[in-house]
Amino acid sequence: MTAAARLPAAARAIVDGDRRVLARTITAVENGDPSADRVVRSLYARSGRAPVVGLTGPLGVGKSSLVNALVGRLRDLGQTVGVIGVDPSSPFTGGSVLGDRIRLERRADDTGVFFRSMASRGAAGGVAAATREVSRLLDAAGFDVILVETVGSGQVDVAIRDIASTSIVVVVPHLGDEVQTLKAGLFEIADIFCVNKVDLPGAELAKRDLAELVTLGGRGDGWAPPIVGTSTVEPCGIDELWEDVLAHEKFLDASGERTRGERKRLSSEIVGLARDRVGRELTQRLEKDPALRRLLDEVVARTIDPRTAADRLVTGSPRTR
Amino acid sequence: MAKARTPKKTPIRVLIAKPGLDGHDRGAKVVARALRDAGMEVIYAGLRQTPEEIVRAALEEDVDIIGLSILSGAHMALFPRILVLLKEHKAANIPVFAGGIIPDEDARRLKKAGIRAIFGPGTSLEEIVSTARTLAHHPA
Repeated sequence: MTAAARLPAAARAIVDGDRRVLARTITAVENGDPSADRVVRSLYARSGRAPVVGLTGPLGVGKSSLVNALVGRLRDLGQTVGVIGVDPSSPFTGGSVLGDRIRLERRADDTGVFFRSMASRGAAGGVAAATREVSRLLDAAGFDVILVETVGSGQVDVAIRDIASTSIVVVVPHLGDEVQTLKAGLFEIADIFCVNKVDLPGAELAKRDLAELVTLGGRGDGWAPPIVGTSTVEPCGIDELWEDVLAHEKFLDASGERTRGERKRLSSEIVGLARDRVGRELTQRLEKDPALRRLLDEVVARTIDPRTAADRLVTGSPRTR
Repeated sequence: MAKARTPKKTPIRVLIAKPGLDGHDRGAKVVARALRDAGMEVIYAGLRQTPEEIVRAALEEDVDIIGLSILSGAHMALFPRILVLLKEHKAANIPVFAGGIIPDEDARRLKKAGIRAIFGPGTSLEEIVSTARTLAHHPA
């Protein structure tokens, strides 16, 4: 029996191109619905094929328009594209307006594109908790390229790095002086810098500041992020942007960085999943432990402190150090 | 992959779209905002959508409910087409509601055709939100 024959029905349907099952499975993954568990597990082996290209950058720099332009370019090249557009959830109501789709050029009958809007649902870092697994589903569904557009990012929103094989940091002219480019965070994760709205005044200065940043080096992997100017109003630079993505993907393979990066990312993913599971189980167990009530009384009475109580709960005995 | 939703825990996903050629999207935006504030995830597809595009977006986004806004007068052509396409894609269970300028007689016919709720000018946002929530939890 081959591995393919053992796929659960929903996974089989996704591999065979059933968009409806794909869409529903994505919902289930987002919702942490156990019905998606076997599908996600079984399709992992079929992921890792498509480049996952992340577009990040502050709000309003034109990420959605660039995604649309890249989709157009990729379709011209005969490539199929899966897109995830992440927008923020309200920290107050949990609601969200997902507007990335609005820039998508209308391709009602083009089955080579699948676009999914995703709310961040409280996750920090610019993507949702489910984004990584959903990008794998799109990969397993056979799309040639996966594009992930992050929430409009702040300086420390760098989670796209854990998902994308190539990260594009999008900026526009007049975002700040060159000191901004020295600051830690967002600018450190760029495999490609994209100066969008390059038709606006100040674009040359923005490019120059970034060029200076790049010449300072310091990445340690031998890749110097290219800087490409783009516009989606008077479309320009989109071909170059895609060429740069391909060049970076090629570099990843040639240098061995792909494997190195992947091992690092997967290691933190596995540890994170294991930690979540152990944490969940521990919480369930401790909340039921009758010792908790007794220890709580002591902590309330200030005869022991919370740290000691936690030690006793976990080890069953006081811990001395 | 049945949609077993435990109310409150997983957000309702709504598609808000404007079929046809009118450019007045203020109403659609106000409703989108109100649904957001009610804790829903609103996919705002924007202006000048064809019925095909709307149905495609609804399926890809796996929405629980579709809201259409129209002021052009083309509702009798566009809404039934959307319902037919949903049926063709075996998605007739997704409730569709609408708002805009729709004469009473047309509203009656559209409801008979399967539009679950129609909101005219002056409808309160509370009413729209609570109807949307009820419909999302009670697909056809």
